[in-house]
Amino acid sequence: MFEFAKEIRPAVILFMAFTLLTGLAYPLFITGIVQTTMPAKAEGSLIVVDGRIVGSELIGQTFQSPGYFHGRPSYVNYSANGSGASNLGPTSARLMKEVSQRIDQVRRENRLSTDQSVPADLVLTSGSGLDPHISRQGAIEQVARVAGARGLKHSTVQALVDKNVEPAMLGILGQERVNVLRLNLALDEAKRES
Amino acid sequence: MSMEFAYIALLLGTLIVLALPMGRYIAKVFNGEPTRVTPLFRPVERAFYRMAGVDETREMSWRSYVSALLIFNTFGLAAVFLLQELQGFLPFNPQNLGAVRWDTALNTAVSFTTNTNWQAYSGELTMSYLTQMLGLTVQNFLSAAVGLSAAMAVIRGFTRKNAATLGNFWVDLTRSVLYLLLPLALIWALLFASQGVIQTLGPYVIAHTLEGGEQVISIGPVASQEAIKLLGTNGGGFFNANSAHPFENPTPLTNFLQVLAMLLIAASLPFAFGALVNNPRQGWAIFAAMFILYLMGLGLALWAEGQGSPLLEKLGVEGGVNMEGKEVRFGIVPSVLFAQSTTVTSDGAVNSMHDSMMPLAGLVLLFNMVIGEVIFGGVGVGLIGIFFYAIMTMFLAGLMIGRTPELFGKKLEPFEMRMAVIGLLAPSIVLLMLAGLAIVLPQGLFSLNNGGPHALTEILYAFASACGNNGSAFAGLNANTTFYNLTLALAMLVGRFATILPALAIAGSLAAKRIVPASTATFPVASPLFVIMLVGTVIIVGALTFFPVFVLGPILEHLMMQAGRTF
Repeated sequence: MFEFAKEIRPAVILFMAFTLLTGLAYPLFITGIVQTTMPAKAEGSLIVVDGRIVGSELIGQTFQSPGYFHGRPSYVNYSANGSGASNLGPTSARLMKEVSQRIDQVRRENRLSTDQSVPADLVLTSGSGLDPHISRQGAIEQVARVAGARGLKHSTVQALVDKNVEPAMLGILGQERVNVLRLNLALDEAKRES
Repeated sequence: MSMEFAYIALLLGTLIVLALPMGRYIAKVFNGEPTRVTPLFRPVERAFYRMAGVDETREMSWRSYVSALLIFNTFGLAAVFLLQELQGFLPFNPQNLGAVRWDTALNTAVSFTTNTNWQAYSGELTMSYLTQMLGLTVQNFLSAAVGLSAAMAVIRGFTRKNAATLGNFWVDLTRSVLYLLLPLALIWALLFASQGVIQTLGPYVIAHTLEGGEQVISIGPVASQEAIKLLGTNGGGFFNANSAHPFENPTPLTNFLQVLAMLLIAASLPFAFGALVNNPRQGWAIFAAMFILYLMGLGLALWAEGQGSPLLEKLGVEGGVNMEGKEVRFGIVPSVLFAQSTTVTSDGAVNSMHDSMMPLAGLVLLFNMVIGEVIFGGVGVGLIGIFFYAIMTMFLAGLMIGRTPELFGKKLEPFEMRMAVIGLLAPSIVLLMLAGLAIVLPQGLFSLNNGGPHALTEILYAFASACGNNGSAFAGLNANTTFYNLTLALAMLVGRFATILPALAIAGSLAAKRIVPASTATFPVASPLFVIMLVGTVIIVGALTFFPVFVLGPILEHLMMQAGRTF
């Protein structure tokens, strides 16, 4: 028959032993290795400029001024302590309304014609709300605006975009993309040098 | 397009190349045969038995096996619940997070002990580092180990003859962790970390953004949890956004490794089974059935998502590409591949938001879950689930040729049939009843994030995910209410134990039987005909049970979308 009493001792002791092994020893062991061999990555690939943390290479942040490249719209306004997405479905009227407004905004800000279609990543929100990337096309659409706002030559900004394109790994893993924070830091850098 | 085929081919090729030797290794470990790594783990294993007073030669009847399994899960459940309630007084809590609400904590405890990892809460806002490690990571290991142990006991039901026992639960459990899950997790955690998955115990970071704002960045011990979250088909993310979060899944390479990890153990088990029954072709037959079902679903989902949205295209989105809820570093195809893999394996991690996918892609994900997670499935329980279908298949075949059905040399009689039907239908019945309840009660409807047919799908998906012990969500549904926390906890318990317990009962009954020698009248199990019949049975049972609600949800939504309707 079912015999529960007999199994209590192994249940308790093995549970505690596994808890210590997999819940403390394992994560602390990994923490130790990773913190000693690759501390920058372990702490979140943070970017420090003039002694201040300006963000993480992996985490997007809000850019609204015309002189910076803009990232994707975020459903959580890039709050990196509360990731999340819209979870609006494919027939959501609210989604369509929001996308329509964002398309208008992108066209207006970048002086695109009203019948020009807009790259999807610029007007649809990401899964994490923290997507650090935009597509190459999404960056190219913004070059004229950024160059104008900064008084830089179009070709200078275009060259910066090209330099910051991350290719697909081995040609097949992932798609071509631009890290928005990296690109904007490069823009600020270009200003300092000139 | 050819690049995308190359991606899929590389992934599935790697999977098969790794799963074959892994299956043979698993067979050896659970048979107690020496392997190359045995000298390394054996001393630890024996120390564990000594401490716990386990006699590793002691054999258990199926009832003893069930007793041990249930009592072990009870302790696990209580521990996760208490940790959440007491985390405010415990260390490793730099954000000073307080006690979790009781219904959320109960739901989470059930969720992680049943290998579901449904998350009603938002990780970075709710759980302390200690809770994440000592509660959730531990159950990520143990719930997978319990599933694997159960599968091994069920396999012994087929391999043993005239036997009263199925092995020793404590031995199976210990070996699952020490020989398989922990070594793999170490490898995967370090691979992830090398790509930028974080691993720290420090407080959240405050960044000063380029535009002069302040950004609080949540961090934590992620890589260690991430590895087992995928390998153990658990799926509970450290952060709310799960594998869409750049700290959990920062690069296309980590994404590739994540999909591989979810499929790896589950895909190895048919081969382990083949090795254990001394007939690798039988393992191949089961793998083939799973693989065919996987490719069928993947094809439909890729087609549906690849079409893009006519509504978005009309608004002026280039190509109507549906990037809502998806990350740029992954794009469409790897997102669909992830979604397909996470729903067939009962992992439930997400790298894109399933709620925002095209209706027919959502339908595929639902189907993967409602058939009981048998296309590879959860670690261990996927194999158990496909055995139920195999029993059903042989019963149907037996009816056609007018012969007592047999499976792997064992006669199938009314007791086995009854148990298999319970294992197949109990989760489906509970799923449909609870989803029906949610649709008629204001507490159920209050949580909706979408309207029209999509709303029905949102509710259905939640219960399908819970009953399938998957844990992914149409996450627009606000499930962190007392109503959903309790009903979904019930669904998760039924989904888990109405599968494992009948399977062990079948195994107990089969082990006691003799093995019928194969004759010319035996239906050959290692044959294409069997594979086709098994695939057909899975599709027919799933379709018959759920076709009406599929029509009212995703299929209707697809038609409405084509007609330009929004809600």
